[in-house]
Amino acid sequence: MSGTDIAFFLLALAAIAGAVMMLQLTNVVHMVLSLVMTFLAIAGLYVLLSAEFVAVVQVLIYSGAITIIMLFAIMLTRHHADDKERQTTGGVGHKAAAAFAVLAFGLAVYAGIRTLDFGADGSALPADNAKAIGQWLYSYYTIPFEIVSVLLLVALIGAIVLAKKDGKGAEDE
Amino acid sequence: MTLSAYLALSLILFCIGLYGALTKRNTVIVLICIELMLNAVNINFVAFAKYGPHPSVHGHVFALFAIAVAAAEAAVGLAALIAFYRNRKTVRVDEANSLKH
Repeated sequence: MSGTDIAFFLLALAAIAGAVMMLQLTNVVHMVLSLVMTFLAIAGLYVLLSAEFVAVVQVLIYSGAITIIMLFAIMLTRHHADDKERQTTGGVGHKAAAAFAVLAFGLAVYAGIRTLDFGADGSALPADNAKAIGQWLYSYYTIPFEIVSVLLLVALIGAIVLAKKDGKGAEDE
Repeated sequence: MTLSAYLALSLILFCIGLYGALTKRNTVIVLICIELMLNAVNINFVAFAKYGPHPSVHGHVFALFAIAVAAAEAAVGLAALIAFYRNRKTVRVDEANSLKH
């Protein structure tokens, strides 16, 4: 067992542990913080996959920006800290049906990927992948790149419009 | 490491996210579960970029696009959550039923 295998198993364990803790905890802030562990472990997996640039972006966007915006949304809304309150939408039957459906999906996909192997050893990737990504982004992927900037602008304006107090509601209060 | 190990890990994370999105009652947690599912898909992109039939950085570029779209989705989803909370004074998914009756 090489060092890469050990690192993979440790990071995979951390990722799955964070996700399972997210399902099990009751405090909303603890749920978000346990998912930060998953996001950081996934960033480590990107490093193992020789995608250092994506790993840094993962830490910046997921562990940084998205976690902070989720914590802000939690703080701006009221959450009951009552542990006895129901955490799930339905009863036992609903949960069992959801678990069965997810398990069936997982087993079906696992049957397909279990023996999947293309024989590539991963040595064909360029060592300086940040430079290669930049060159592809500004040559082959120029139009998708520009469209993503428009998408981010639309999301920014849309978020402001949605979260803004509308005139009628403000008068009612 | 083999490709199928990364794909299996990604499948496990996707299933956990899907189960949480289907059963959790808090809207913030449902949004976070969707982010977890998008993350699992990103692992697939990057794993295929290294171990796929044509190894190249195209998978990395697609993962970056997916991250950008996920960030936009989180911003709009949380803005919708704030608007919902202002109107109904709750963040529970099962109480968002105005269209049902």
